[in-house]
Parts: sequence; C-alpha cells; structure tokens
Amino acid sequence: MSALYAVRDLSVSLPGQGFLGRLLPGRLLPGAPARIDILQGITLALAAGETFALVGESGSGKTTLARAMLGLVPVSGGSLHFDGVALGSARAFAGLRRSTAMMFQDPVGSLSPRMTVGALLAEPFVIHRRPLPLPGRAGRAAQAAALLDRVGLPARLAARYPHELSGGQARRVCVARAIALDPRLVIADEPTAGLDVSVQGEILNLMTGLGTALGIGFLVITHNLAMVRHIADRIAVLYLGRLVESGPAAAVLARPAHPYTQSLIASEPQPDPRRRRADLAIRGEIPGILRRPAGCAFHGRCPRAEAICRVTEPDLRDLGAGQQAACHFAPGQ
Amino acid sequence: MSFAAEPALGATATARRPPPGRGVLGRLARDPMGLAGLVLVCLVVGVALFAPWLAPQDPTRIDVARKFQGPSLAHWAGTDQLGRDLLSRIIHGARTALSIALGATGIAGACGLILGLVAGYGPRWLDAGLVLVFDALSSLPMVMFAMAVITVVGPGTGTLILVIVLVSVPGYARLIRAQTLALKGADFVLAERCIGASGTRIVLCHLLPNVAGPLVILISMDIPVVIMLEAGLSYLNLGVRPPTPSWGNILYDGYTSLRFAPSMIIAAGIPLILATLGFTFLGEGLRDALDPRLGYGAPR
Repeated sequence: MSALYAVRDLSVSLPGQGFLGRLLPGRLLPGAPARIDILQGITLALAAGETFALVGESGSGKTTLARAMLGLVPVSGGSLHFDGVALGSARAFAGLRRSTAMMFQDPVGSLSPRMTVGALLAEPFVIHRRPLPLPGRAGRAAQAAALLDRVGLPARLAARYPHELSGGQARRVCVARAIALDPRLVIADEPTAGLDVSVQGEILNLMTGLGTALGIGFLVITHNLAMVRHIADRIAVLYLGRLVESGPAAAVLARPAHPYTQSLIASEPQPDPRRRRADLAIRGEIPGILRRPAGCAFHGRCPRAEAICRVTEPDLRDLGAGQQAACHFAPGQ
Repeated sequence: MSFAAEPALGATATARRPPPGRGVLGRLARDPMGLAGLVLVCLVVGVALFAPWLAPQDPTRIDVARKFQGPSLAHWAGTDQLGRDLLSRIIHGARTALSIALGATGIAGACGLILGLVAGYGPRWLDAGLVLVFDALSSLPMVMFAMAVITVVGPGTGTLILVIVLVSVPGYARLIRAQTLALKGADFVLAERCIGASGTRIVLCHLLPNVAGPLVILISMDIPVVIMLEAGLSYLNLGVRPPTPSWGNILYDGYTSLRFAPSMIIAAGIPLILATLGFTFLGEGLRDALDPRLGYGAPR
C-alpha cells in the first residue's frame, strides 16, 4: 500500500525545562535533561481517503504529532513523507500545505480575530492564487458564500467576525476553511471538543459526508472512543509520546491487545451499569513526560505489570491482521 | 445546531455588539472625560489648522513701542518683550506644537510598529539585537541625549522631531514586540501557517491589526508629553528657533519678565494645559472605548 502520508520513526524533543535549563546549555544542570522527548519512534502510514484516529490521554503527544506532521514543530529525528515526497525543505512544506488542512481544537481561537468570516474563507484562494469564479471582491464573496453553503451555514455569516459566532458555527467555518482547496488530508484536533452532543453528531456527519464526497482522508485526534467507533477506519493509541497500539479500528476496539487500550475502553462511559469493568478502568494519572518511568512507561498503572515491565521497554510487535501492540504480554507472540 | 435555532443565536450575537451606528467615536462620546478630550483636541487642532485666519495680527511683527502690554482691546492677550501680539503668537504656536507632537509621535509610532513586529516575529538574533538597541536608547537620560544630538545636528524643528522619535521608539517597539510574542504561538497564527500564508502575510494581515490598538492609545497619551517636551526643550533654547512662535519660547520669554509682565506666562500656560488635558483625556477615553473586554473585535 502506498501511503498518502508516511511517518517513519519520528521523534520530537524540546529544550530542557525551566529558566536555568534554557540559560545553561548542555547538561550543566544536574538532574534536568537537556532535551525532553515529547514523541519518540512514531511510525504511521495514512492511506488516501481513510479516516485515521489518534487516541490517548491529555499529555500523550497527540497534538504535538499533528503539529509536527504539518511542520509547525521542529522535528528532531525520523522522516516524514507526503505523497512520496520527503518533507524537509520549505518547498516541500509549501507543497504539503496546498493539499492538507488543519482544524484546531479551539475553533474561535484558530480564526484570525480581526477578519470577517468571508475574508477568512476567501484567504486560502488568495494565498494559493486559485482561480475564483469572478475577479476581485465579488469573486471572493461568491467563493465564501459557496463554502458557507457547503457546510450548511447561511451566507449572511460572511459579514460576521469570529467572536460573533457560536461554537458550532465556528466549527463549521473551520471545516469550510479546511475543505476550501480540496485537500487530500485534513488533520482534525478534537473536532467535537466543546460542542453539545447533537452538534457533535452534525459536525461529524458533515466531515465524513464531505470526506467521502471529496475523497478527503482524515487524521482525527480525540479521546472520544465512541466517535472513533463511529468514523475511524484505523486507530493508533499513544501513551507518553510513544505508540502503544495500532491497527484497524474495529479490531483494536473489539480485541485491544495493550492493557492501556483495554483500560481506555473500560473507562469509557457505559450506559449499561452491568457492563462496566471497574477492574480494568484506568488508575492514577499520566506520569509527567519529565519523569518517564523506566521499562514500559505504563507499568506503574498497569494491572498486569510484572518484573520485566519495570526493566525492559517492549517493542511494537505485529499481532496479525494489521494490529500491533507494544506489550510483553500481548497475545499472538 | 438546528437551523431553526440559528436566528436566535444570531440575535444574541448582535445584542452583544455595541448598539448600531456607535463605533469607537460613539462610545468615546458617551464618556464625559472622553468627550471633553475630544472637544479640546478638536479645538486645538482647529486653531492650529486655521491659524493664519484666526490670528488677529502677524505673530512676528515687532512693535517695540508697545512692549509688555497687558490685555487690551487691540491685543487681547497683551504683547511680549518685542511688542508682538501674544494671542497671534499663541495661535501660531499651536501649529508648531501640534506639527511637532503629531509628526514626532506619528513617525515614532510607525517605526515602533515595524521594529516591534520584526523583533517579535523575526529570527531570534535580530530580536536580541533590536532589544539591545532599545535598551541602550532608553537608558540614556533624555535631556542629556537631546542636548548631545542638538549639539551635533544643530537646533531646529527637524532636530527636535529626531530627538523625540529616538527617545520614544523603544517604548513603542517594546509594546508591539511583547504583543507579537504573545500572539506568535496563538492558534490563529498556526492556522494561517497551515494554510500556507507567508511570514509577510501573517505579520501584515493577522498580527498587525491585533497589536496596533494599544499603540494608538499609547501614542495619544504620549502626545501631551511631547508637547510639554517641545515646550521644555524650546525653553532651554534647544528646540524651536526664536522667531518661530512656540509655546515653549513664549514661556521662556515670559519667565524672564515674570515680575512685571505675568500675562505672558499665563497666556502661554493656558493653551499648554488645555492641549495636554485634551490629549490625555482623549487617550484615556480611547483606551476605554477600544477595550477588548467591551467586545469590540476582540481577540478573546
């Protein structure tokens, strides 16, 4: 399978924490690491047109991964390939930006506050010098109206400023901006955060509807497993900046191999109280990325942890049928 | 959301906005201090603009026979030590004061805006270099610095403007730089980068409109300071050259004859106080009228 976007062995690290860490270069400060690994050894392949879900708790590195994939965060190792082209040069990223789009977690905050919705929607066409239906101002207005219509918003919203929109409207404007240039991949960071359930459903239906109609692939970042079940073809689970499990969404959700995935599924709100699994539900907090445990990073919270987990870090192993997990006790060894 | 609910949502959004037809000026006029400031500033600007028509006499015409006269029907504000009509000199002095104050703050504001944006959004080394220059400039004592520049370049209106620009650019640039740094990592800037906007476009179309507001307020509050500065430097004989009427020059001349002709100090002091108060009130009124918390095009 030739991937649309291939991430190989990606790592992202940031300079050490704190004022002293920044002031003193290298390892002059005992105890504080010079660089903090936010992501390590991430390998993913997104096929064209598929919906890929990235799940994990807050602080697991989901958003950083998405930002690194768009060149918003400097990468410290590994390689990124979009459509077969290695992303390294500014020219390669410019090419990437023509055919990808990002939807941020905070829809109002991701719209430039002093621009009207109409100007924001016409902007991608202006930047990439795409032909407009009419020249000049009228063409930009017509394009904005057409985009608003595609996401089911009335054309009069074009005159509004972002802070005058409701959460759902702002989301739809972000969707419209994302699909403006017929991208091949849309990265959506928590596309349903902050919306009430009925609006969440409408936004998801809108995204998947447009996705199938236009052949857009999605990388959806979420911790909402119900949503993953609803829309995702494949899934990857991140824990403390590393991939712990990946595979076809249906298979992973039905037979999770990694205890972390099992705990995530068990922690999901369950309408039927008899089906709750308190024994598997996740315990404790995600340890800080600065205090990454030795061995398997999950061993402190894992119900199945044994001596080996505290010493050796498990590798991602193939479990068959495209499923992979990084656990010493994953089935199918 | 269902579209039946749409008009209701739209209505609340409209209700949060200021009442229609009331922009910044409308909100400014509702504040009594702001209104007073606006009126005073309009008065001073009007006097400066129409000085040749308003002034009853030629401000430089010398009539030594009638020197040090008090207010009379012929000379409403009296005459100075050379018998020149004080009212005319004050009216023309408004021109000098405003052209220096507006010219200098305008140039300084533009330079500060550009340098601040470059320092905030540009590469790190450039930022470090610019901040060093700003710190160096603002560490110099103002009057000493002004005297040094005037010694080198020679006194005059141009030199005065140059000094004021050099002295006030660091403050403006620092304000803009701080705001640019705060917005640099904001989601909307990242979103613009994602859709492929160039650095120039991000700075000009997205950062500039969001950082310029506070600068307008700071400048309008600095204008009275600059008017005072011009008067002070002219008083020290470092500013506007003598035949040109300036409030500072009139004050200086009046100071030497304070004991027997106090009308000169009073005549030059009143417009200085009014202009200073007017611009200060206007600045404070603008600050309130543009306050983002009132929901005017605010970055939340």
